[in-house]
Amino acid sequence: MHGHGNTGLLSLDLLAGAGVVAVACLYFGGVVAARRRGRGWPGVHAAAWVAGLGVGAAALLGPLAEAAHDNFPAHMAGHLLIGMLAPLLLVAGAPVTLALRALEPRQARRLSRVLRSVPVMVVSHPVSAAVLNVASLWILYTTPLFDLMTGSPFFHLLVNVHFLLAGYLFVASLVGWDPNPHRASFPIRAGVLVAALAGHGILAKYLYAHPPTGIPVAQAQSGSMLMYYGGDLADAILIGVLCLQWYRSAGRQLARTTDALPVSSPAPRPQNAGQRARRVARSGV
Amino acid sequence: MATTSSSEPNLQELASARAARSAQNAWSGILFGVGIVAFVDEAVFHQLLHWHHFYDLSTPDIGLVSDGIFHAISWFATIAGLFLFADLRRRGALWAKRWWGGVLVGAGAFQLYDGTVQHKLLGIHQIRYVPDLLTYDLVWNITAVVMLVAGAILLTITRRSAISSS
Repeated sequence: MHGHGNTGLLSLDLLAGAGVVAVACLYFGGVVAARRRGRGWPGVHAAAWVAGLGVGAAALLGPLAEAAHDNFPAHMAGHLLIGMLAPLLLVAGAPVTLALRALEPRQARRLSRVLRSVPVMVVSHPVSAAVLNVASLWILYTTPLFDLMTGSPFFHLLVNVHFLLAGYLFVASLVGWDPNPHRASFPIRAGVLVAALAGHGILAKYLYAHPPTGIPVAQAQSGSMLMYYGGDLADAILIGVLCLQWYRSAGRQLARTTDALPVSSPAPRPQNAGQRARRVARSGV
Repeated sequence: MATTSSSEPNLQELASARAARSAQNAWSGILFGVGIVAFVDEAVFHQLLHWHHFYDLSTPDIGLVSDGIFHAISWFATIAGLFLFADLRRRGALWAKRWWGGVLVGAGAFQLYDGTVQHKLLGIHQIRYVPDLLTYDLVWNITAVVMLVAGAILLTITRRSAISSS
């Protein structure tokens, strides 16, 4: 019995590890293909992608995943890594942009047609991505699903992959670096982010008082506090990036208007003003 | 080139830049004020003093929802308020007096809501679990009202001077 369980776990670990390696290989294959087509690829994106896969692997494999089976705070740490931190890093890897550079023009056009299609537009809208994430969390932790997950390694892996993908969709819909033909307006993205953050925080406090089935009270309390503050930290990064994108686009607009309309009086210095605004826009604060 | 005093915006330019961004000055301050009070609440009263409880187990569900929503809003507001502030500086349109007015209004309003609706009406948690709670409640809410009034006065004054200067 015992031996059989271990083999099952081992083969699932192998499956997850092979998945991570395969996704890394696919990405670097894309980098090589893009280079061959004479289009470089920034190392920052590649580093973010590798870091994202590393964080995901740390949650799926190794000591943390081992501990997560019977320790709720460890499970929650894994959830934060795979559902929040890993998606942020993977989105920063800009895989769609890489694919568009690496593919043949005809295939690239096909890919961008798919990205513009209605189903993709619906799924990648911030509202649906946020509902998918927050609803999944509530369902997992307040129904017998949680019991099922801790009992079955296979289901555990499945749930983790689900949260990784759902988290990716959510981050990409809010701040993606990749081209997004249906990018929602800033107020919608800000509102969705606040609502999702609230949904996450309320669930964390709810779990403090209503532990999932089979979780001792002490573990539920420390785990839910980790969920609450860890979620705040991840969301602070997301809010910061979202606001930075607004700040940069407002800066570009500022530079354009200063170019078009000289700020002051008859003195002929529209160029100076434009240059100053552009300099300011580039330099940040 | 023929640049004399024109490299820096003169007073009239400053006044018109401020007037054009009057609302942004107020809103940047209000958002930052809401955020900073929530941050102080979390850092000082929850984490350092341990007066507030993470979750008072007697809290009704509606209290939990209100707490969660306001926490999320204030977290966003802190960061967004600072970016709006940076944008004002970049445009040379920062109006310190009006911005501080906004900060006080945001901080006072949020603290008053926290001290009345959240602590008392919804019973999320108390300021401190001691017998003479009333003193704590009074200090808390009076501070809130003082901030709110001072901020409202600053916002009103700066609104007037915006009109007279334009």
